[in-house]
Amino acid sequence: MTDEELVAETSEGLQELQDLDETSPEELAIEQGTSLRLAEGLVLDPGDMDVEFGADETMIINMGPQHPSTHGVLRIMLELEGETVLRSKPIIGYLHTGMEKTGEQLTYVQGATNVTRMDYLSPLHNELVYALATEALLGIEVPRRATWIRMLMTELNRISSHVMWMATNGMDLASTSMMIYGFRDREMVLSFFEKTTGLRMNHDYIRPGGVAADLPDGWEDDVMAIVETIPGRVDEYDEMLTGQPIFKQRTEGVGLISPELAVAMSATGPILRASGVAWDLRRSMPYLAYDEVDFDVIVGTVGDTYDRYAVRLNEIRESCKIVRQCVEKMPRGDYRTQDKKVTPPPRARIDESMEALIHHFKIFTRGFEVPAGEVYVAIESPRGELGCYMVADGSNKPYRMHIRGPSFVNLQSLPPLLRGGLIADAIAVISSVDPVMGEVDR
Amino acid sequence: MSAAGPIAAELAVEGIVASSGVLGQEVLHLDRERYLDVVATLRDAAFDMCADLCAVDYLHHLDRSLPEAVTPERFEVVVNLLSLARQLRVRLRVQVPESDPVVPTLFPLYPGSENMEREAYDLFGIRFEGHPDHTRILMPDDWEGHPLRKDYSVGRVPVQFKEAPGPR
Repeated sequence: MTDEELVAETSEGLQELQDLDETSPEELAIEQGTSLRLAEGLVLDPGDMDVEFGADETMIINMGPQHPSTHGVLRIMLELEGETVLRSKPIIGYLHTGMEKTGEQLTYVQGATNVTRMDYLSPLHNELVYALATEALLGIEVPRRATWIRMLMTELNRISSHVMWMATNGMDLASTSMMIYGFRDREMVLSFFEKTTGLRMNHDYIRPGGVAADLPDGWEDDVMAIVETIPGRVDEYDEMLTGQPIFKQRTEGVGLISPELAVAMSATGPILRASGVAWDLRRSMPYLAYDEVDFDVIVGTVGDTYDRYAVRLNEIRESCKIVRQCVEKMPRGDYRTQDKKVTPPPRARIDESMEALIHHFKIFTRGFEVPAGEVYVAIESPRGELGCYMVADGSNKPYRMHIRGPSFVNLQSLPPLLRGGLIADAIAVISSVDPVMGEVDR
Repeated sequence: MSAAGPIAAELAVEGIVASSGVLGQEVLHLDRERYLDVVATLRDAAFDMCADLCAVDYLHHLDRSLPEAVTPERFEVVVNLLSLARQLRVRLRVQVPESDPVVPTLFPLYPGSENMEREAYDLFGIRFEGHPDHTRILMPDDWEGHPLRKDYSVGRVPVQFKEAPGPR
């Protein structure tokens, strides 16, 4: 079938909201979540819904793609009646760079450099899920020290990502001091990353087979300085925001989502946990060594913007707990696997051995072959379930590399979250979903 | 063909052509005609979240290893379902022929599959019948072709070296 025919057979056209009369009660019901399976076997009749609005009384407003509070190039079409949001539709794709296609052109060695650019606030999680998928296909085990270094680094990354979210959320809610503080704290973590990986972001540090380099000398002191400073700072933010009347009024009861709806919309991460579902992959389906550390899964009760804020705030504290345990329990040994197939020889060997030089050259030009197969690996990124579905065909490049981006999927929850709220609250709600557009559009 | 996995055995529903366990993950190969029935059965068996949905174009890898009962086709739609209560994942693979790339939508069962199906349509040209908003999501509205298909070229600009002879 040609593309023209395909286009003709679909409703492809401009991505616009259709006329009001064209929205059937069933579709409205889906937006409201009433057609979902309700807990007590309760089924609502779509016709019963109290939705009355005339086509001439509403106004359609485009928020974005360059609105400062949309966290990147996100455009949201809002249908307003007065100041109340009736319907909305997130429109994405402005940052689409074809990273999945690029991933098919790069070898497994080069691939981590590509995926780390997807979610630029938690690059190490992207590298981790890519490395875990490759290792699962290769069937290799990484040394324990590599596993614990990965855990340490990703938890530090979670701290920096959540602190960054506190900053941007503060900015959206007009708390500019929170923004300055958040960026200051994030810089602490990023300078440790720079010391370890050489870069503040986009590290290419976690690679298939282990990590790129061992932790630098004196890393314990640097990490302990971070985990001793951050909890105190978090207490300050707690004091500054949590009890603050303006902040509470802007967040409490805003952007509600029920646990049933959150699950049905495939929402994961803080959105799902804030609605009361204790689902954290680190606890429910442990990867790395998360079954050996002690931490709490933070769960909200109401599922509003305030809960999502509280979940993230407390997750920073839990991450600090995990980082402390990583420092205490960090095993000795290799930081990457000694499998010659995936690991290049040490730098010193290259000077004395021609074979080592050839081997080094082969790994970085041709890479290594991965046996045919397919695998889905998921980890808990700061934004939710970050998955990687990888298909290998036996060559040195992935045949298909699909990333399940948590913000891409979480953005679907926006229409139900925004519905019925005020346009001023929309800013708070968009911020509480914490979309990172680099990962949404990939 | 490998032995039926625990989930396939538990369901005992028509439409599961074969099941296999790869790397500790259970994979069910589904018949396209009975795809929705099986997914509905799985949803009733506490698989309450559609974690992921994507497509794969096997144009250059048609000889992939599949259970005997499965006829390989060019496209595959891969669905990852997740059970929060049972802490279990299951992967569904549906073969989609190139001549008729149509699959029923999961939207009535899992509203969360909306964006993922739009993405699969946008990048692979697989249509999801009954989808409420069947439009492109990542590419511009007037884009021609489906970029993640294997016969869609990467399109790169050749590197220009200093003092190299110009294009002839």
